[in-house]
Amino acid sequence: MTRQAKTWLVIGAVFVALIVARGMIGQGLGRVYVKRTEVTAKLPDAAAVNSAAAAPSASASASTSAATTAASTQATAGPSGASSQATTQSSAASISWQEWKQVPPLEFAAAQKVNAAQTEITLSWPRTIGLWLAAFFTLAIFSFLYADNPCYKIAESLVVGVSAAYWGVIGFWDTLVPKMFGALTPGLVKSLVQPSLVAPEMLQQISMVLALVLGVMMLWRLLPRGGWISAWPLAFIVGVTAGLKIVSHVESDLMAQAAATMKPLVVSVTDASGATNMWDSWWASVANVLLVVGVICCLAYFFFSVQHKGVVGGAARVGIWYLMITFGAAFGFTVMGRIALLAARLEFLFDDWLWLIDPNHFRSL
Amino acid sequence: MKRIIPMWIAIIGGFAMMLSSFIPLAESWGEVFANVFNVVAAIAFVLGAGSLAKQHLEKLSRRDAGWGYSIITLGSFIVTLLIGMFKIGIHPNPNFPQAAYSGSNNTEGSAWSWIYEYMITPLTSTMFALLAFFVASAAFRAFRAKNTEAILLLVTAFIVLLGRTFAGVVLTGWFPEWASGLRLENLSIYVMQVFNTAGNRAIMIGIALGVAATGLRILFGIDRSWLGGGDA
Amino acid sequence: MSAANFNNTNAAARPWFERLDRIDRRWIFLLMFLAVSGPILWIGVTGKTLPEAPTLAARAVFQEIDQLPARSLVLISIDFDPASAGELQPMATSLVRQCAAKNLRMVFIALWPLGNQVAQQTIQNVIRDDYPALKEGDDFVNMGYQAGNEAVMKLLLTDFAKAFPKDSRGEATSNIPMLKGVKMASNFPLLITVSAGYPGSKEWVQYVISACNEKMNFVTGCTGVSAPQLYPYFPQQIVGLLGAIKGAAEYESMVNASLAVDGVATAPKYLQAQRRMGPQLVAHLLMVGLIIVGNVIFFARKRRGAA
Repeated sequence: MTRQAKTWLVIGAVFVALIVARGMIGQGLGRVYVKRTEVTAKLPDAAAVNSAAAAPSASASASTSAATTAASTQATAGPSGASSQATTQSSAASISWQEWKQVPPLEFAAAQKVNAAQTEITLSWPRTIGLWLAAFFTLAIFSFLYADNPCYKIAESLVVGVSAAYWGVIGFWDTLVPKMFGALTPGLVKSLVQPSLVAPEMLQQISMVLALVLGVMMLWRLLPRGGWISAWPLAFIVGVTAGLKIVSHVESDLMAQAAATMKPLVVSVTDASGATNMWDSWWASVANVLLVVGVICCLAYFFFSVQHKGVVGGAARVGIWYLMITFGAAFGFTVMGRIALLAARLEFLFDDWLWLIDPNHFRSL
Repeated sequence: MKRIIPMWIAIIGGFAMMLSSFIPLAESWGEVFANVFNVVAAIAFVLGAGSLAKQHLEKLSRRDAGWGYSIITLGSFIVTLLIGMFKIGIHPNPNFPQAAYSGSNNTEGSAWSWIYEYMITPLTSTMFALLAFFVASAAFRAFRAKNTEAILLLVTAFIVLLGRTFAGVVLTGWFPEWASGLRLENLSIYVMQVFNTAGNRAIMIGIALGVAATGLRILFGIDRSWLGGGDA
Repeated sequence: MSAANFNNTNAAARPWFERLDRIDRRWIFLLMFLAVSGPILWIGVTGKTLPEAPTLAARAVFQEIDQLPARSLVLISIDFDPASAGELQPMATSLVRQCAAKNLRMVFIALWPLGNQVAQQTIQNVIRDDYPALKEGDDFVNMGYQAGNEAVMKLLLTDFAKAFPKDSRGEATSNIPMLKGVKMASNFPLLITVSAGYPGSKEWVQYVISACNEKMNFVTGCTGVSAPQLYPYFPQQIVGLLGAIKGAAEYESMVNASLAVDGVATAPKYLQAQRRMGPQLVAHLLMVGLIIVGNVIFFARKRRGAA
């Protein structure tokens, strides 16, 4: 092992020791507490009750709801366990279940003080495990700073898999179901997903058939043969995008920007009493002159139909200077952005996980 | 047929969108095409997800290097997909309890929200945060005052970095009123609103001209390179 | 630079600037970690934040919202995801807080897939927690996410209900009381967006603001990466602009000052951006220091080369 590696090992060990020490003193480390809330939903009629029986989580009790109020079952509602701690009860015309909302540890401590046997606010194991997992993922990705390693690769693989599925599911439930299936199979969407669905118009149905056909053609790409079929929806996307962009870019980025550059080169700034403020007028005039000169010179630099010699060459050179200042500003702002993101992640580690700080007064007043 | 029909689809779609901005009668056509586009865009998400699954399944079957990580990708993909598509653990919406799938995946405490809170949030935000370290290292190694252009870039970066924090106030806040324009915080505003605006405006004008020219070439069928197989 | 090279046997024989130039980049990473974590811990323990002097662009955002009459409709597009929340969440929080305090009617939409969840969390943290009298459907509504980027914007120009057929509760747009008179985007006097990139502030200007013919004003908060590209639109097309965490901190301080109650401290959740300006300061100083050291090495090496 090199001296360098040994040094980093020691630094790493110090950090781990500090974390372990933190876990042993004071309030300990990250835990998540939840509070029970009761949710009641009134069922419209008996027929609807049967429909609710198909609900993925409230099924067992709802099917018996018409009979008595006796049914009360533990419904396992998902791996998070947050809803999985929910119970579902039913009565003649309504179903109810429990949901668990996250609360600050301070509320748990206060509730315990009043009644040590209370169960309204409890420790949530699924969310606490989630919190620790989130801390692990954060550190796993930071570990790339030392060297590429399996922990980083696992985290990276997870990002890819989870994100792809997440986007697919959101696209399905948020756009495809209300827009496409809502137009093509309104009955099904109305009974299963969105009872408030407005009956689709004929034009909407026709357009959604077109969308479905294009969509299927696009998915053809996944099949081993006939990939050319996906060129049709691609053509639609290219054409529509081109049609949209031509108008918008010319309007907002060409005409409006050219208009915004036509500024007076001598500006007179007056104060409240109506008198001209010399210094402000001077700065405002200089700003306008610099702006107009800058835009012209940068455009001269981008104009390649004329050789960059003489006046044009000089203007192009000034244009480069302007662009360098532009890139310098972009660099400064990029640094600012990235540091803010890093600060947010470290806040998570120090506050939510390690409980080293408590800026939101979640654990102490 | 493989090239002519797609070309005409692009031409019709493009002109419908363009004309809808100018001719009120064509507005409804613009709406129809925009609506179809939105749905096709959502189906593209499904295509993206499908492509990812296909690619990793192939990698897995070939036992390519790093196939173990493909198992993780596929596993997390499938689990997330099942939880989301079947709304596992989601109660019906209290306003529409009769509709089994009326509840939102985003309900607090659901498995879906758990994935968002404890997987997507830390993983994606830390990925972005990582760049803070690399940008520091790159600045140390590559940000050298080699010539006039590099000096301008460097000085601007200093002005913005110092002027956009309290450092600017501490360093130059004492400047007298007549020289207030030279205070770092004011200089950074000046840089942004004059020099940066001029530079970016010229870039924007250039891009707008390029987009318009390229768009028109596509809509007039002159540019067919996007169909693949050359510009024929 | 590998560790092996760093420990080269003749390393000691090299001049100081060569050794410094070949420093393992992980030391720079460690410096950055300390530069950011130190102030976080200090501010976290003391609760102190640095003062902010709002710039013209941030003041314009505040004034634009402030001048709207109560009950005005505002369209708020949450176009970012958790990856950029460190920069943008404080902006979203303060923007929604000012709108809620002004009793404006807020319509949330999202053009980023995860924007819907961010909007929901913001609604929970600000509206439900601190303005519980506001009623969903009457005072605010979350229309959720729609795929299609610019095409959604295009649709919003002519038919709001077609672009967003339902809200996040599953209620049809036509049944939502506060949207009764809304036909298209220009029915909103103000558009507020918080955006992390594409589609975002730039596209809103290109596809909606330009087409609305000054019927709709636009204020936006954006990331540091995209802020420089938006300055050319300010103040003609973008009336007010919050750039990066500094813009967020300036605006946050203005909102806090306007809603301050004597003897009552501002809730810590409304100081998020100002707290982050501490690490920002130290990290920026580190960046400046690193660039200076890098250049000292460069010139020392150049001089040695010339000699």
